[in-house]
Amino acid sequence: MNTVDLETQSLRSLNQSLHDLIGTTEKTKWTVLNPKGAHAIAAGIDSPMDITIDGSAGYFCASMNKQADVHIKGSAGPGLGENMISGTITVDGDASQNAGATAHGGLLNIKGNASARTGISMKGVDIVVHGSIGHMAAFMGQSGNLVVLGDAGEALGDSCYEARFFVRGEVKSLGADCEKKEMRPEHIEFLKDILERTGADAKPEEFTRYGSARKLYNFDVDNASAY
Amino acid sequence: MCGIVGLFLKDKSLEPRLGELLTEMLVTMTERGPDSAGIAIYRNGGGDASKLTLQSENADEDFATIDADLGNAIGATVTSERNDTHAVLSVPSDKIDLARDALSKIRPDVRIMSVGETIEIYKEVGLPKDVAARFAVEKMGGTHAIGHTRMATESGVSTLSAHPFSTGDDQCLVHNGSLSNHNRMRRQLRREGMVINTENDTEVGAAYVSWKMKTGSTLGEALESTIDDIDGFFNFVVGTKDGFGVVRDPIATKPAVMAETDQYVAFASEYRAFVDLPGIDNARVWEPEPATVYFWNH
Repeated sequence: MNTVDLETQSLRSLNQSLHDLIGTTEKTKWTVLNPKGAHAIAAGIDSPMDITIDGSAGYFCASMNKQADVHIKGSAGPGLGENMISGTITVDGDASQNAGATAHGGLLNIKGNASARTGISMKGVDIVVHGSIGHMAAFMGQSGNLVVLGDAGEALGDSCYEARFFVRGEVKSLGADCEKKEMRPEHIEFLKDILERTGADAKPEEFTRYGSARKLYNFDVDNASAY
Repeated sequence: MCGIVGLFLKDKSLEPRLGELLTEMLVTMTERGPDSAGIAIYRNGGGDASKLTLQSENADEDFATIDADLGNAIGATVTSERNDTHAVLSVPSDKIDLARDALSKIRPDVRIMSVGETIEIYKEVGLPKDVAARFAVEKMGGTHAIGHTRMATESGVSTLSAHPFSTGDDQCLVHNGSLSNHNRMRRQLRREGMVINTENDTEVGAAYVSWKMKTGSTLGEALESTIDDIDGFFNFVVGTKDGFGVVRDPIATKPAVMAETDQYVAFASEYRAFVDLPGIDNARVWEPEPATVYFWNH
């Protein structure tokens, strides 16, 4: 177990120690004390490791994560897990704007609420938010799954491609070309698995699925006003 | 960019520490705005006196005998307390308009930072820690205070373009963002009789809120109408003599976080500005919703 106290050690030395493990295969364990909202904690890591961040993190925490399992005991600032490739990020509190933006893979598990633009341009990540999310979530989402146990704000899934959205509560409004879809057995199966993996207290049948109406894929003059 | 911090105390026992707590918050936001900084602090008010906070490029010369000179000009007792490039004048409240007019004649180069019963505004170009130190902000007590660290976008780096802006008695506003319709709105507000001194977009936002309150709106109503009438990106934090308000534009691209305990309400651009506040580990911490007005009153 490696413990790094950001009260006495620099953020740069922490991130350098984590980056020095890139290319290694042995699983390591890390605890980061006194994060106090610092930016870019554990950004750009790429090796199997468990990292516990003992408090709240600032911008871009665990962004570009590959392979690591990151647990934030507090809340996270903007850009949490941005461009994540694989691994998991679990946040006990809330996440600010742009959580999981452009992320290609892995699992982002937010136990509290997430704010605006959650999963914007998501490209394969699975995001589970136990609370509610803000406006413009999954704007231009390409693939992956966004599961929300609470409510979604305005313009969910605007201009989305093949990302799937499952919302248990209210959706304030759907974005352009995003529509309600039927729940098929494979969606129930998917939800059952991911809800169990993320410790979410909800039943798959309670969710509504949303996704692309696929009307904006190719230019059509009749849709000009929607572009 | 730009950084905003604000602290509105509910617990009187914290009042002597207001300046110290705000300074820590302000300095933490240096990376968001290293070119200038300012604070508005509400303190030591009441009675029959009002305060004029002044700033001068030639403070030694301008402030040496300003109490006697202004006192003679308006026929009243005026006291002055110098603080670096600023001075706080205490003037009988019924003579405040006279004092403003007289100042423009006897000290035409002196700038009025704020007018009111309890507000004082201090702002200068420089790193937040240096600005806070030159005014000894950490020694100031008070009921509530707002601070700003600026990274200029809409207008140049100067003392007058630094925030907070005050466009009404005991009112101040700080801003993170940039406004799109400020030129047109500046012309409209000037036609309504509002005094706007700079080409800065934020001052127009401040004047808009002051104008709404002057024409009958409460602080909350004035902030509500910014959502409809002001175009652009903004987080506004506004102070009045006994109030503290927050509003974000509907798109909400600028960061904001709030914390509340039994002792205080705090606002900051980033959570890390809160980490030294007492009891923060047990505070309710949340991100204010877009297009939603929050305000607190004493």
